[in-house]
Amino acid sequence: MSHANRRVLPGFSLSLGYTLFYLSVLVVLPILACFSKAASLTASQFWAAVWTERTRAAYALTFGTSFVAAAVNVALGLLIAWVLVRYRFPGRRVMDALIDLPLALPTAVGGLVYASLYVKKGWLGQYLVPLGIQAAYSRLAIVLVLVFIGLPFVVRTVQPVLEDLDAEAEEAAASLGATRWQSFYRVILPPLYPALLTGFALAFARSLGEYGSVVFVSGNMPYKTEIAPVLIVARLEEFAYGEATAIAVVLLVISLALLVVINALDRWSRRSEAHA
Amino acid sequence: MPERPPVPPARRVRHAQQDPFWVRWTLTLLAAAVVGLLVVVPVVHVFVGALSGGLGAYWQNLFGDPDTRHSILLTLTVVPGALAANIAFGLAAAWAIARFDFPGRTLLTSMIDLPFSVSPVVAGLMFVLIFGLQGYLGPFLQAHDVKILFATPGLILATAFVTFPFVARELIPVMQAIGDEEETAAVSLGADGWQMFRRITLPNIKWGLLYGIILCNARAMGEFGAVYVVSGHIAGQTDTMPLRVEKLFQEYNLPGSFAVASLLTLLAVLTLVVKVFLEARVPSERRNVH
Repeated sequence: MSHANRRVLPGFSLSLGYTLFYLSVLVVLPILACFSKAASLTASQFWAAVWTERTRAAYALTFGTSFVAAAVNVALGLLIAWVLVRYRFPGRRVMDALIDLPLALPTAVGGLVYASLYVKKGWLGQYLVPLGIQAAYSRLAIVLVLVFIGLPFVVRTVQPVLEDLDAEAEEAAASLGATRWQSFYRVILPPLYPALLTGFALAFARSLGEYGSVVFVSGNMPYKTEIAPVLIVARLEEFAYGEATAIAVVLLVISLALLVVINALDRWSRRSEAHA
Repeated sequence: MPERPPVPPARRVRHAQQDPFWVRWTLTLLAAAVVGLLVVVPVVHVFVGALSGGLGAYWQNLFGDPDTRHSILLTLTVVPGALAANIAFGLAAAWAIARFDFPGRTLLTSMIDLPFSVSPVVAGLMFVLIFGLQGYLGPFLQAHDVKILFATPGLILATAFVTFPFVARELIPVMQAIGDEEETAAVSLGADGWQMFRRITLPNIKWGLLYGIILCNARAMGEFGAVYVVSGHIAGQTDTMPLRVEKLFQEYNLPGSFAVASLLTLLAVLTLVVKVFLEARVPSERRNVH
């Protein structure tokens, strides 16, 4: 991995050239096309597309549900990672493998199943709907399906940190008379914060853009259960390309900002792992 | 009274980390309930829903409907296309990034992840803006009678965008960990580039490559948002399997929808099995989330 390599190993210009070519054509140019289309709108046109009551409701719903789902994922992810790392029980490896299912399962399938599980006659809806819990075609339905989609992220960021955690600190805490709860809260949890936050950000970012599963379960009612990507599609189907692009650019800028935050978090989490 | 043997240090450590019995079991059962409710019940439900009318009806739902048949064939065309493009890119990117030093290498590495943070719907929109009739290349393409949008090439492009990072980000750490000694040796002994790649590089990275392909394949099969936007959802023409699931659902044909969904679920479960098998061969610290 050095300049000297360029004289020994073949294929530097070919591989780098192809990489740059493919990256530009497939990723960079489309993103630029999106920004340039948005730039062709006047400021007032852009503002009018981006800041209406309907788009505000869609942003608020997208952010709100993604935030709640990611927060739920932090709690569930910590629980599952803890059980997988610390305990030995029959079926542990199966549980470990199942955590990745939401990544492998097409989102449309997830949406289809969640939509039919929680309706009034569904397997779970028949118990929940009489209690007044509407987990299909509601905001709760969106949160539920986003929790499913985001499940692997926190588990997979926390798991390796928990595995590498030094046993000595816990031993010391125990020998100094800390209760199990105190040593969890004071000794185990703090080194996990960066990983938990990274997992949160990853799940949150994934949820913000999610479309395939939400479109099945939410009912897509404007002002009520319409998320931002659904609104983009609705604008596209009205052939309002400019407005669709304006909303897309807002989403894109937020996602890119989140990417920067996630990278910074990741570096922080690696640093604190190295210190521990 | 015989002297008690000293407790070995490993035991003491385990003791300090040991939770009381009831805590262990409460937490384990809670975790199992969460995974069961979120993951297992839905998977079981897909197959029960698909097979509720019996095997004959299931077969009929899958292969009796010409539009559904077409969607299966279309997915089998689009996915290999996107996969091939991303494998070629992944190999090139990993070779350039893991084997050479050049200005902007770190930036390039982080740009590979870019498509992961773009909403699939926004990704689809980008291709509409380029290839659509109102788009930048639209008039040119129409004049030359090239169809990209609302046709298979558009589906391949959108799928390739969404699954862009998978192969590259698996291969880069694998190649870095292996190092370049063997390749340098091969080249100094007179091997040409192709011989070196075929005899040294490929055998060394094969499990990592396969791992990336498996993940890329699963995501490509299931891609919905980006494909939805560029397909124009024309039944029997541009509907891939996930789009067919949605269309049948909208038409209140639940058994048909579940039948297609069950095929996709089967592929997802198969993906997990292969993944567990491969993870034994690719050390875990080299893998990333996503």
